[in-house]
Amino acid sequence: MAVSETKPDLVTHLETDVLVVGAGGAGMYAALEAARGGASVILADRSLIGRGGATVMAQMTVAAALGEQTPDHWEHHLADTLTAGRGLCDERLAALLCEDGPQRLREMDAWKVGWAREGGHIKQAQAPGHDRPRCAYVDFLSTGPAVSKTLRTRLKSASDVRLIGDLFIIDIAVRNGEACGAIALHLPTGRPVTLAAKAVIIATGGLAGLYRRNSASANMAGDGYSLALRAGAELIDMEFVQFFPIGHLAPRLVGMDPIMWDPFRYKLGGKLLNSERREFEQDYATQDSRSDGNYVLTRDLATYAITREVEAGRGSPAGGAYLSFRHVPEAEVRRAFGPVVDRLLANGIDLTRHDVEVAPIAHYHMGGVRVDETLQTGVPGLYACGEAVGGANGANRLSGNAITEALVFGARAGRNAGRRATGRTSPWAADAARPALDLLRSETKRDAPNPAAVVAQLQAIMADKVGPFRTDATLRSAITAISQLKQEIGELPLSSATAFDPAMVDWLDLRNMLLVAQSVAVAALARTESRGAHQREDYPGLEENWCVNQIISLSRGDISLRKLAPTKGRAAA
Amino acid sequence: MNATLRIQRGTAGETPRLENFDLAFEPGQSVLDGLRAIRRLLDPSLGYRFSCINANACKECMMLIDGKVDYACTVRLKEGMTMLAPLPKKALIRDLVTEIAPPDERL
Repeated sequence: MAVSETKPDLVTHLETDVLVVGAGGAGMYAALEAARGGASVILADRSLIGRGGATVMAQMTVAAALGEQTPDHWEHHLADTLTAGRGLCDERLAALLCEDGPQRLREMDAWKVGWAREGGHIKQAQAPGHDRPRCAYVDFLSTGPAVSKTLRTRLKSASDVRLIGDLFIIDIAVRNGEACGAIALHLPTGRPVTLAAKAVIIATGGLAGLYRRNSASANMAGDGYSLALRAGAELIDMEFVQFFPIGHLAPRLVGMDPIMWDPFRYKLGGKLLNSERREFEQDYATQDSRSDGNYVLTRDLATYAITREVEAGRGSPAGGAYLSFRHVPEAEVRRAFGPVVDRLLANGIDLTRHDVEVAPIAHYHMGGVRVDETLQTGVPGLYACGEAVGGANGANRLSGNAITEALVFGARAGRNAGRRATGRTSPWAADAARPALDLLRSETKRDAPNPAAVVAQLQAIMADKVGPFRTDATLRSAITAISQLKQEIGELPLSSATAFDPAMVDWLDLRNMLLVAQSVAVAALARTESRGAHQREDYPGLEENWCVNQIISLSRGDISLRKLAPTKGRAAA
Repeated sequence: MNATLRIQRGTAGETPRLENFDLAFEPGQSVLDGLRAIRRLLDPSLGYRFSCINANACKECMMLIDGKVDYACTVRLKEGMTMLAPLPKKALIRDLVTEIAPPDERL
C-alpha cells in the first residue's frame, strides 16, 4: 500500500488490492477473507471501525442449520427462508446463506464469540417462521456486540489489512465500466482522499435511517445503494422495507436498543395487548396459513396487526401496543433478563409491575444491490455483501437471517474480490476520480435550508407515506415531496468541507438518501399488490402476476424500473 | 420543560468559545436528543460524534457533561443549565468532536 500526497490539491492517495466500504459484520468478514487469500485490504468506515453499522447493535439471534439443538439440514432453513420471502427470493443467494451459515457460525465459535450453550451443545432458540429451533445467540442482548468484537479482534491480527475510520466514501471510481477505487472525504480534516483498488466491496448495510423511527446506526441511510447506482450497478426489491413490529416506544428508554424486546418475548411469552388489555394477535393469526397461532406471527403480519389496532382506536397512549410480562414470576424475569433487569429499573421500568409500549420501527431492508452468485454487481470489480445485498430474503426476512447473511456474504464477497484482485494490475486512472473531487471542492455558498432539518423532513415523509402501509396517493405525494427536497438541496454542496463539518456530511447524506428514498417510493408505487413487507391498502391481495422482482437502474440522473422473474435454482458452491 | 445547553465550541487552534442553546424537552430525553434537536432547529454546524443513537453500543458520544466524562446518549436532559465540553485529554477536532480512534485505525 503506497501513500502519496500531491500538492497543492492536498489529495491523499492510497492503493490497495481490495477496498471494503463499511466495517460492520459483513465488511469485517469480507476484509478477513480477502486478506486470508493474500490480498491487501483497506477497510474504511465513515464511523469508527467496529462502532457503526447494524451488527454491533444486533441483540438478537443468528439462524443456521447447525443441528445442535435438534437435527436440522440447511435445506430446511432454505425452505423456511423461501417461504418467508413469498416467492421473490433469489434462490442462489438464499441457498448460499443457508448452506454456508453453519460453517460461518462454527468459525465464529472457534474464534470464541461465545454462543450460549446448554448441556454441552450450542443452544438454538425457536423464532417465528422457522420450522425448528435454529437460532444461536450470545446471552443477554450481547449477540451483535460479541460478533462485532470477535471479528475486530481477528482483524487486528490479520496481515495486510489497514483499518481507516472517519473516512466517508463519496463515490465509486469507475473506468472503462470497471470499478477501480473510490473517492472519500476524510472527516477529521475535511480533505478529499482517493483510493485505487482492484476490487471494491460495498458493505454499508441498509436504509432504515430513511425513516423517523428506526433501529439503525446514524450511518445507515442507504449510502451503498446510491454508491452502487451511480457506479452503474442495479438495485433490486427496493420496495421491501422490514418494520420490526415491537420496537420500544414508551416510556423513554436510554442506553438500550429499541429492538431489545423480542428475545424476552421468546423466552417468557410476553403478551401483546391493546388498550382493552386484550391479546389481539390471534385475530390476525388466521390470515396466515403458516401460523400455528402460538406467537409465530412473522414480522410483516405482526406489524400489520399492531398498526390496525392503533387505527381502530385500540392503541396504547403513545400510539402502539402494550407488551406485558406481568404474568411472569419475578424470579423468572430475573433469570431471563439477567443484568438487563437492572438497566430497565434504572430507566424506571419494573417489568413485574409495568407494561411497556411498543410499535413498529424501520429495521431492515430486504432489497438492495443486485449481485450474482459471486456477490459481484453488474459492474465488474464491484461487489456487495451483508444487508446491502438485495434478493436473498425476498419480500420478508426471517428473524435470525441478517447476521448470518452478513457473515456468509461477507466471507464470499471477500474471497471473490480477493481472487479477482490477485495478479491484476491496478485499473486506476486519476480521471475516474475527477467528478467526485470536483463535487467536494465546489464552493457554492447560497441560501439553502438547514440540511439537518431536511433530513428530518425526509424521514417524516418516508414514515408517513412510504411506511408499512402505502397507497397510490401517499406514494405519489412522497415522490413529489422528495423531488422538491432534491431541488432545495441542489446539485452542489453548500460549502467546501472543513474539519468534521456536519452540514457538509448532511448534504452528502441527502444526496444519497433522496436518491434511495426515490427508488423505494417508485418501486412501491409500481407494485400494485400486497406482498410481505410491502402492503398496499389500495391493493390488499397478493397477485400471482406480481411474482417478479423490480430492478432499478440510474441513467443520467434518472431512475428507471424494470421487471424480472425471480432467479431460481442453486449456485454451484 | 426547558434546558439550556452551554457548549464549548471551536476547532483545533481556535480560542474555544461558549455558546448557549435553549430548548424545550420532554422528561426522559437524552443530552444526545438535545444535541440533535439543536442541529435541526438552531445550528446545523454544531459538531459531535454519535452513531448508534440510543443503544449505548457505539460509545462515540463520549464527552464532558457538567465536568464529568459521560455518554450523551444515556445522560438525561435536565431543567436549567448543562455544560458540555469535548474530552479534555483527546486532540480536539471541532466543537465536541475529538480524535478518539485508535492510532492504527486512522488515515
